Amino acid sequence: MDYELFSPQHSELPQGPYFGDFGGRFVPEALIGALEEIGEAFAKAIVDPEFVAELQRLHAEYTGRPSLLTEAPRFSEHAGGARIFLKREDLNHTGSHKINNVLGQALLTKRMGKTRVIAETGAGQHGVASATAAALLGLDCTIYMGAEDCARQALNVARMRLLGAEVVPVEAGTRTLKDAINETFRDWVASVETTHYLFGTVAGPHPFPFLVRELQRIIGVEARAQIQEQTGRLPDAITACVGGGSNAIGIFHAFIGDEDVRLIGCEAAGSGIASGQHAAPLNDGRVGVLHGSKSVIMQDEDGQTLPSHSISAGLDYPGVGPEHAWLQSIGRGEYHPVTDDEAMAAFRLLCRTEGIIPAIESSHALAAALKIGRELGEGAIIIANLSGRGDKDVDTAGKYFGYLDAQAEEAETAEPVGAQDPAEADDAADAGDTAERSRS
Amino acid sequence: MSTAEVLRDCAADNRAAFIAYLPVGYPDVPGSLDAMRAVVAGGADIVEVGIPYSDPGMDGPTIQAASVQALRGGVRTRDALTAVEAVAAAGATPVVMSYWNLVYQYGVEAFARDLANAGGAGIITADLTPDEAGDWMTASEAHGLDRIFLVAPSSSPERLAYVTAHASGFVYAASTMGVTGTRAQVGASAEKLVADTRAAGAERVCVGLGVSNRQQAAEVAAYADGVIVGSALVTALTDGGPAAVEARAAEFAQGVRDHA
Repeated sequence: MDYELFSPQHSELPQGPYFGDFGGRFVPEALIGALEEIGEAFAKAIVDPEFVAELQRLHAEYTGRPSLLTEAPRFSEHAGGARIFLKREDLNHTGSHKINNVLGQALLTKRMGKTRVIAETGAGQHGVASATAAALLGLDCTIYMGAEDCARQALNVARMRLLGAEVVPVEAGTRTLKDAINETFRDWVASVETTHYLFGTVAGPHPFPFLVRELQRIIGVEARAQIQEQTGRLPDAITACVGGGSNAIGIFHAFIGDEDVRLIGCEAAGSGIASGQHAAPLNDGRVGVLHGSKSVIMQDEDGQTLPSHSISAGLDYPGVGPEHAWLQSIGRGEYHPVTDDEAMAAFRLLCRTEGIIPAIESSHALAAALKIGRELGEGAIIIANLSGRGDKDVDTAGKYFGYLDAQAEEAETAEPVGAQDPAEADDAADAGDTAERSRS
Repeated sequence: MSTAEVLRDCAADNRAAFIAYLPVGYPDVPGSLDAMRAVVAGGADIVEVGIPYSDPGMDGPTIQAASVQALRGGVRTRDALTAVEAVAAAGATPVVMSYWNLVYQYGVEAFARDLANAGGAGIITADLTPDEAGDWMTASEAHGLDRIFLVAPSSSPERLAYVTAHASGFVYAASTMGVTGTRAQVGASAEKLVADTRAAGAERVCVGLGVSNRQQAAEVAAYADGVIVGSALVTALTDGGPAAVEARAAEFAQGVRDHA
C-alpha cells in the first residue's frame, strides 16, 4: 500500500503546541529540556528515510499492517440499512492500535540514545504494547498502572511481566489511569537522562499530542484508501471511542479535510451523563489544565480533578487530548456519550453477528455506529474504528452478562440487568440522560 | 514586604532566608493555620502556603498524603487566602505554591487581586513556566506580586536566562531532578545550578527539594539566598503537631545562620 506515513510538512492543520486554544506545555521546568529533545528528535526522524523505512518495515512485518477494513453485514442489519465497516486495529500484533504509537516511540528512544522506557497504562493495552516494543528493541521497561486497574485487568499485568517489564501498581489518589500518569511523570523527573516517557495517548504536554497523532494517523490514511477501493466513495461518518483519544485522532486525521465526512468521537458515559458517573469531559467538563496540557477536563468548581467512571478501563480517564477539544470547539468533531449498557449491547451484538469479540472500549464506537446508521438510513456508509480486541474483557463481559459458571443457566432464561437489546439501549439514550450536547 | 525585601534584609544580616512550606488544610484548615503560625514562631522568614491538588505530579509521598487528607477534609482554594492572612498577621511574608489549574479555575486576575489583598507576596508555580504564563505576567504586574518560577539541573543556559528574565522576587532552584521529599543529601548539582542561575542574571536564588535537617540547611545557606523546607516540616506536623513544627523550624532557622 502506497501512502504518506506522516502529515505533509506543509499541512495547514495544527501541529502543536497549540490546537486552537488547547494544548501547550504545563510541566515543571525540569521536564522542559526532555520535551524539547523529543520534539527535535521526532522532527528529524520523520524526514529521515531510514527511520521511516524502519517503521514501515515493522508495520508490515511485525504489526501486520495494513489492518483490514471489514464490512459487517449481519451487524449492519441492526443499523437501519446503513453499511458498517470495521477498521480492524484489533488484528494488530498485541491486539490494539497502541502498537502503532509504541513502535515509533521506541525507535525514537533508541535514536535519542536512551536505554529505558516508562509508560502509564489504563486497561493494560498501552502497557502491553510498550512492554512488547521494549522487548523487541532491547529497552528496559517500567509500567505504572493504577492498583484498581491491575485488579480489573490482571491478565494484562501478567502479560507485561512475561514480556520482561516491571509493573508498578499505583496506590495513590483514585488508583486509576490518571494517578498512573502522575506516577510516571514522577519517575521521569528523576530519570529523564536515561529514560523516555512513552506516552500512550494524544494528551499530555507538547509534543505528545502531535507526536502520538502522527504515529496513529496511519489508521485513517489506510481506511481512507480502503473504503474508496471497496465502495467507490468516502464514508458518511466515522465513529471511534475517545478516552485520551489516540485511536480516534488516528482515524480522523486523514479525513479532517473531507468536510462531508462526520467525525464522531464516542465518550464513555458510564451510568449516564446525568448520573455524574462517567468519563465524558467533552460532554460534561470544563476547560482546564491536567497532565501537562490545556484541554477539557472533569473537575470540580476549584479545579480538582473528578474521578471518572466507565466499565472500560481504557476510557476511564477524566481528561481528553487537546486536538479533540479543538475539533469540538470548531464544530468539526462531534462527541457523543455512550453508556456502559449501550456499549455492552453492541459488544454482544458484534460477537453474535460477526464472530468478532471487540474491546469494550471499541464497543462504544460500535454502539454509536448503530445509532448513526439508524439516523442516516439506507445506503449510508460508516466506518467504526475497532481499536482493540476483546480477549482482555472476557472476564468483565462474562460477569456483566452472567455467563460465568453458575450464572450461565440463569442468563439463558432471564436477561440480566443491563443486557439490553441495542434498540432498547437506543430508546434509553433518546430518553435524555445521554443526549448529545454540543459545546461549539 | 516583598520577597526581595525579605531576602535583602536576610543578606544584610549575613544569612540566608528560611522559607517554610506547609499545605493549607492539613491536618484540617484550623490545624494548618496553627502549624503556619508555629513555623513563623520557629523563625521562618517566608511561608509557602501550598494548595492541595488532586494530581500533584511534582510531589513525593509525604506531601501527596497530606494533600489527600486535606482534600478529603474539604479544603478549598479560598482557604489558602485565609492562611496567607494568618501568616502575614504572624509576621512573616506569605507566598502561595500552587499547581496551575487551581489558579486558572479561580481566575488568574481574581486570584492575583485576592492574594494581594490578603497580604500575599507572590505565587510559586509548580507546573507553570514562563512559556504559558501570559495571563499571570499581566496579573502579577497589575497587583505587584512576585512570579516565582523554577529552574532545574536540566535547564539549559538559554532556559535559565529565559526563566530568570520573567521571574521576580527570587528564582526557585530545584536542587535535584526529582519530586519533593526529604533526602540524605542535597544534590551536588544544586550549588552549580545556583551559580549558573546567577550567571544567567538572577539576583536572588533560593534552593528547595530535599533539605531535611539543620546541617543541610547550613550547607545550602552558604551559596543560596534562601533555603526552602517542605516535607520535613509536614512530617513533623504529622508526628507531633504544631509544637513539633515549631521545634523543627527553629532548627532550620539556626541552620541558615550557621554558615556565617
